[in-house]
Amino acid sequence: MIKKIYFQSIFFSFLFFKEAFAAESGGMPQLNPEFWISQVFWLILTFGTMYIVLSKFILPKISNNLESRKSQILENIEAAEKQREDSEAKLKEYDEIILKSKSEAKNMFNQTREKALKDIVAKKEVLDQQIDDEINKAEEEIEVLRVSAPDKINKIAIETSSELLEKLIGSGVNSSSISAIVDDLFRRHGDKYYGN
Amino acid sequence: MAANPMSQFDVYRIGPEIKVGAFDISFTNASLFMITSTVSILLIFNLGSKRNSVLPNKMQLLAELSYTFVAKMISDTAGSKAKPYFAFIFSLFMFVLFCNMFGMIPYTFTVTSHIIVTFILATFIFIGVTVIGFIKHGFGYLKLFVPSGVPAVLLPLIVVIEIISYLSRPISLSVRLFANMMAGHTMMKVFGGFVISLGLVGGWLPLSFSVALTGLEILVAFLQAYVFAILTCIYLNDALNLHH
Repeated sequence: MIKKIYFQSIFFSFLFFKEAFAAESGGMPQLNPEFWISQVFWLILTFGTMYIVLSKFILPKISNNLESRKSQILENIEAAEKQREDSEAKLKEYDEIILKSKSEAKNMFNQTREKALKDIVAKKEVLDQQIDDEINKAEEEIEVLRVSAPDKINKIAIETSSELLEKLIGSGVNSSSISAIVDDLFRRHGDKYYGN
Repeated sequence: MAANPMSQFDVYRIGPEIKVGAFDISFTNASLFMITSTVSILLIFNLGSKRNSVLPNKMQLLAELSYTFVAKMISDTAGSKAKPYFAFIFSLFMFVLFCNMFGMIPYTFTVTSHIIVTFILATFIFIGVTVIGFIKHGFGYLKLFVPSGVPAVLLPLIVVIEIISYLSRPISLSVRLFANMMAGHTMMKVFGGFVISLGLVGGWLPLSFSVALTGLEILVAFLQAYVFAILTCIYLNDALNLHH
């Protein structure tokens, strides 16, 4: 497509040239040697100046910049690599410390627990002993009381009944006969009054 | 004047006539655009090389990308021996590129559309390459004209062809650039003239062609600068590393 346009336009431009050349004499300005010397002179002057300035001042600077950037990047990469290794080592160290302190803490916990358990057991034993002692003592006292209680009750019963009879009847009653009755009653109903 | 598509290539004097002896070296519009191109190149690359930060700014990036582009082009075609000629090829590429690109701006003058300019550049390259070749290889450089592995019967013919092709290098190099620039600019002018002559009714078609051609010509402007530089590299390669 572009080729076709290209050729067509060249064709058209030739038509155009014919007209133009018919109207204006001359032809291609490129082939007019009037300013050739001037163009050559200015070309050498400008291109030469540009070449000298570029090669002496600007291109070395650019190449220097590129080199220094390259070396700096390499240096930075090296430094980064080193720091990475350092940090990895530190991380390892840190992990080890953590692991160690963890096991230490576990040990400490276990030891403390065992000690506490031992203490508790010892104290419990002592307390149990004391409690047993107290219970025994109390049981002994109760036993003593239990043994002595019926006699006292009998005595109180005999005295009360003799006084009661004296007031009711008006004369003294033989205390031995009353105690015999109380004993008899106690034998028959003692269980009912004193539990056991 | 505006109707003639060739009038854009006219060279005219700006300011007084300057004569040195019999030679007229007056300042012309061609001189003006040579100076514009070189000054722009120097300004851009000076700005691009001023600061040296690890993270380049736009100008620095432009300068460094151009530098590495040309450096890669040279090392790919002419090898590491061509390093001393880097500055010349870089200047050449940038000069041709900027002259071509400045020519793409309307009402400007295209320096490289003149055969005398491209011919002087090409001749300088031709002579320089030949001198480098004789300095590096002595008369052994003439082996360039005798390719290896050719039957002895064909040798006289081949040598003549090689010599003619070698001697036509400056012509082919200069005419390629000059003709491309001239043809492109003439064509754009012709289409521009069609837009005017066909007016509001029929002018839209040549206008769209004109737009497309502008894009094409920008591509050609870059491509021709690249071709000019890379052919210089190839000639330099012949002179530095004798392959035949």
